[in-house]
Amino acid sequence: MTTSVDSERTVTVTVNGVLREATVPVRRVLSDLLREDLRLTGTHVGCAHGVCGSCTVLVDGVPVRSCLVLAVQVDGAEVTTVEGLAREDDRGGQVLHPVQEAFRECHALQCGFCTPGFLVTIAAGLEARDATAEITEEEVDELVGGNLCRCTGYANIKKAVRHAAATMRDDAR
Amino acid sequence: MKPAPFRYADPRSLEEALDVLTAEHGAKVLAGGQSLIPLLAMRLAAPATLVDINRVPGLDTVETTGDGVRVGALVRHDGLLRDSPDATAAARVQPLLARATANVAHPAIRNRGTTVGSIAHADPSGEMTAVLALTGGSVTVATPEGRSTVGWQDLFVGPLETSLAGPAVVVDAFFPALPARSGTAFAEISRRKGDYAVCGAGVVVTLDEDRRVAAVRASYLSVGLVPEVHDLTEAVAGKPVDGADWAAAGALARTLVDPDGDIHASADYRRLLVGVLTERTLAEAAAEALERTAA
Amino acid sequence: MTTKLFGEPVRRREDARLITGKGRYLDDLGAGALAAAFVRSPHAHARVTDVDVEAALDVEGLVAIYTYEDLTGPMAEPMPVLIPHPQLHAPRTGYALANGVVHHVGEPVVMVVATDRYVAEDAADRIAVSYEELPVVVGVDAAREARATVHDDVPDNVAARHHQETGDVEPALAAAPHTLSFTQYIERSACMPLEGKGVHARWDADDGSLRVHSSTQASTSVRAAIAAKLELSLDRVEVIAPDVGGGFGVKIVHPWPEELLVPMAAIRLGREVKWAEDRREHFISSAHERQQRQEITVGFDDDGRITALDVHVWHDNGAYTPYGIIVPIITATQLVGPYAIPVYRVVVESVYTNTVIVTPYRGAGRPQGCYAMERTMDRIADALGLDRAEVRRRNLITPDQFPYDHRLTFQDGRPVIYDSGDYPGLLDKLVALVGWDEAGALRADAQARGKLLGIGMALYVEGTGPGPYEGGHVQVLGSGKVLVSTGLTSQGQGHETVFAQIVASELGVPIDDVEVHTGDTRRFGYAVGTFASRAAVMSGNAVALAARGVREKALRIAADVLEADPADLEIDEGQVQVKGTPGASIPLRTVAVLSNPLRYAFDQAAQQATQFVTHDDSKPPVAPGDAPGLEHRDYYSPIRSTFASGAHAAVVEIDPRTWEIDVVRYAVVHDCGNVVNPMIVEGQVQGGVAQGVGGALYERMAYDGDGQLQNASFMDFLMPYASEVPDIAIDHQETPSPLNPLGIKGAGEAGVIPGTAAIASAIEDAVGRRITSMPISPTELYDLMRDETAERTAGSQQVPLQTGVPA
Repeated sequence: MTTSVDSERTVTVTVNGVLREATVPVRRVLSDLLREDLRLTGTHVGCAHGVCGSCTVLVDGVPVRSCLVLAVQVDGAEVTTVEGLAREDDRGGQVLHPVQEAFRECHALQCGFCTPGFLVTIAAGLEARDATAEITEEEVDELVGGNLCRCTGYANIKKAVRHAAATMRDDAR
Repeated sequence: MKPAPFRYADPRSLEEALDVLTAEHGAKVLAGGQSLIPLLAMRLAAPATLVDINRVPGLDTVETTGDGVRVGALVRHDGLLRDSPDATAAARVQPLLARATANVAHPAIRNRGTTVGSIAHADPSGEMTAVLALTGGSVTVATPEGRSTVGWQDLFVGPLETSLAGPAVVVDAFFPALPARSGTAFAEISRRKGDYAVCGAGVVVTLDEDRRVAAVRASYLSVGLVPEVHDLTEAVAGKPVDGADWAAAGALARTLVDPDGDIHASADYRRLLVGVLTERTLAEAAAEALERTAA
Repeated sequence: MTTKLFGEPVRRREDARLITGKGRYLDDLGAGALAAAFVRSPHAHARVTDVDVEAALDVEGLVAIYTYEDLTGPMAEPMPVLIPHPQLHAPRTGYALANGVVHHVGEPVVMVVATDRYVAEDAADRIAVSYEELPVVVGVDAAREARATVHDDVPDNVAARHHQETGDVEPALAAAPHTLSFTQYIERSACMPLEGKGVHARWDADDGSLRVHSSTQASTSVRAAIAAKLELSLDRVEVIAPDVGGGFGVKIVHPWPEELLVPMAAIRLGREVKWAEDRREHFISSAHERQQRQEITVGFDDDGRITALDVHVWHDNGAYTPYGIIVPIITATQLVGPYAIPVYRVVVESVYTNTVIVTPYRGAGRPQGCYAMERTMDRIADALGLDRAEVRRRNLITPDQFPYDHRLTFQDGRPVIYDSGDYPGLLDKLVALVGWDEAGALRADAQARGKLLGIGMALYVEGTGPGPYEGGHVQVLGSGKVLVSTGLTSQGQGHETVFAQIVASELGVPIDDVEVHTGDTRRFGYAVGTFASRAAVMSGNAVALAARGVREKALRIAADVLEADPADLEIDEGQVQVKGTPGASIPLRTVAVLSNPLRYAFDQAAQQATQFVTHDDSKPPVAPGDAPGLEHRDYYSPIRSTFASGAHAAVVEIDPRTWEIDVVRYAVVHDCGNVVNPMIVEGQVQGGVAQGVGGALYERMAYDGDGQLQNASFMDFLMPYASEVPDIAIDHQETPSPLNPLGIKGAGEAGVIPGTAAIASAIEDAVGRRITSMPISPTELYDLMRDETAERTAGSQQVPLQTGVPA
């Protein structure tokens, strides 16, 4: 048998464009790897059983619940968290993602705890679609439908999705 | 809510996976993990070893032939929904698969969870278990002794329980093609969008050459301990599509099921929904059957 | 003044950090701290007969295990009864760790501290606690029957009998032309913030001081509780509420056992210790709210005007009463809503059950009171064949009746006197907004689509901004930065923005110069907390008063420099200037520098204030009664609460075959006096409505007869996703409060209050069956429709009854 069966593993993962390494017990979930080992605390854990969506991150560009993925499973993968949504401009300044801008503009957050999960889910969703097309309400519902928010009642989150989509459409034209 | 300690292996081949499963007492296969990891987090399951098959090559394909759709163990739910040649081909041969998959949880879960994993999880509330049953499907099981095909009737033993014992990996699920002159529909009612269904129904209607109802079969979610397929043909046999009394088929279905109650729905309410969903889906499936017969 | 910010939808300053992942919530703090986990009771009522920790001792990474036996001094005594009341005749509280008997599932029995949470849970798993099970009481009816008791020495399970009356109700009912009597129920839900509770403590052994972060709504009082329980001097304890991921009431309760045990462990171990509550713990050990049985008798005349109202409520307070009878009092007093009730009697019996404690959840007894009153209005309308809006209109307090004295005593011990309002105005706006008078057409349209449609409304009055007080401190630095602090805490309400708007407006400075701090006892030690829709009213007015004090001082100093009369000065965009005289001005930051006479010039700006530069020899550098620095501290303490109001309407469509209930239209008219930031107020309303819809149709705490919570997960406790929340139409009315300088009323809880009542009314309207228990789910509605004995409303003939309900 060539496969090793381990209690602990060293995980090498690219997080927000930076190669990171950590040695962790194999039972560690990805959300804990990010928060505890890599000290990226922007990813929040609201339920730890995969329902609330607060902990959503992108693994190889796709939104997943980081509480439902083991840290060892992302070895070699690329992970994007809320900390990685904004990009740097030429002068080293921070350029927020249109979704981040839209959340502020539309008052789409209150306590902010669930916000990172919404932001990465929506950002990935908007980037995966044809930016020049007008966003439909069905698309909006799909993008916000899998995450729980206890503060906002969602109206402003949906508004922010439309706002961000409009910004991205303008940029794409 | 942190998993109890376990050991972990991520074999690079099926043989290695089976080796580890054989060597490690109490080992469990990890694929998408969307059902298993919550159980680990709540310490409702505490396997000694997890054998993660995500790095086993060759398990991530959807193969469609005229006979049906074979879904590999690492195909995510989203793989059957996404706009891709594989998904399109699969939907053409067995449209029920994508229709049911669209009802699975939310996108982030569908990005990770697998069709085969949800079958192996054997949850009678799951969409895929019902679809496997309704299509008369089977799974391919790899064991150290070799591969075998296990039909759905032999697979599901109880809630969250399959007949698989000892070291085994379900490597694919096969969903036979929708027969000629047939149509399908799938619908479910859940408390919140994306929740497990309070009740769901998948149906297949087959017409004869005169476009009269020849066969009607249905399978339900969250009704009963294991997936079942009910033959509802007698209620509408020989009727033209626009003259068939789908409500009669719904009424028949209500007499055939034996649901349980829980905090979300009483047994009676589930029985009600079986009737309503049967009636609604049959009308839709029959329309599709008619369309496919004309084509 | 160009710095007009009060009333503007200023974008939130909190957001910059929260949208980039730079917020700092409790579990983001204390990297490397030891982690705590708890062994909690699996039984609802049991005697602990043995705690065997042996098997846990060899868990690698285990640091400490504490049981009740390890608690000493005040820690070994019961937890405090936070709000005593004479009518709370049998208060009971638990212990930080169970002492002998556990009274609900989830009660902490053993504390484990380990190197991380995984290991702490491993050790907790191995601790064997033996129990002798005792009889269990679940639900108000079982508590009322008292065949078993929760506490041995409370044989009737009644903790409190709260009673208020405004006249002799029995003769008034006897004289009433019509009376109706009925009983109805409302179930438990919970605040369920996305962030659970959490505590982090660091003991500085050299300094003998303790720094505690807690995800709390009341940091000053947590501090006092920790000092008292751990026998520390108050000045040795600091408590800080970091970014808090939602509260909605559950974090106003304190001290939670963990808020004491974590600091205790940190001191004993000399290590940082942290506990971040997980979701399952939150379900079974944090607070719930709402369950009541309401027995109502109402007398009314031929026009539908209420002549007498007699209400007997059985309120489930769970296993303990740490928060006193605040929820019962609020139900009792807010029940009357916007209506003039000539004679009113209310008795609330608050009863023990073997379930998680019941303490305020957004609305805090008001949703129940509103449900009682508004469903009464619906019944009167139905009995008399009158329009439900019209019956309400006839009973409303009119604008000329303010201040309106209900002759009741509110939760703050002060009279329920409505300060201002325009309730007919609310109702008129609501009727227009929701299209009340066009409901017939909507119904016909729905029927054509095979759906049943119903419409319902509910009005409420909400006492907000109760005392005793809050304070504010405003300080202008020599840099021009304006520091604002107040002691109450924030859980997402946007206080940093709102208080900055108030101070910038009052002081005449750019908002970007203002920095606000809340919930940090190092900055402000006197505070009460964030609850009862009080933050804007209390701290808003306090920081306004503090800013006014700073302004007065700034004008006085500037007047000296500019050789002008202070009355002729104004402050605009951070410049103090003579009105109408361009050029005659001095920056406020310079005034700040001059306000502090100096010997040492530590920077360029400071030179202006040093002793050889200033030159008035006629008085001492700091005049008697004056103080150095451009700062002011002030407090706002209201004579009584101010009463906000609102009206909601819901339109529901029901599938008569599956009994699925869909809220297709939801309208809100609300009045919270002057609005500081309409964007934030609307956000509060929208969030509240979502919780109201959740409480009406989805959420409940499903306890079984053994006191086991059957749905302690987000899979089965059905908090609404976006897909379950309807679009909301909002209209505004502003009736300023005469009670406070800013004329504002609270807005935080309003959105949730009338949801259950309005939706129950709409469902009843749709199906023609009396709705007497909320929340209601499709399966329950189906049961109701099949029940031959279910009461039909008088208006039920309009409902097609062959709706596919099989026998």
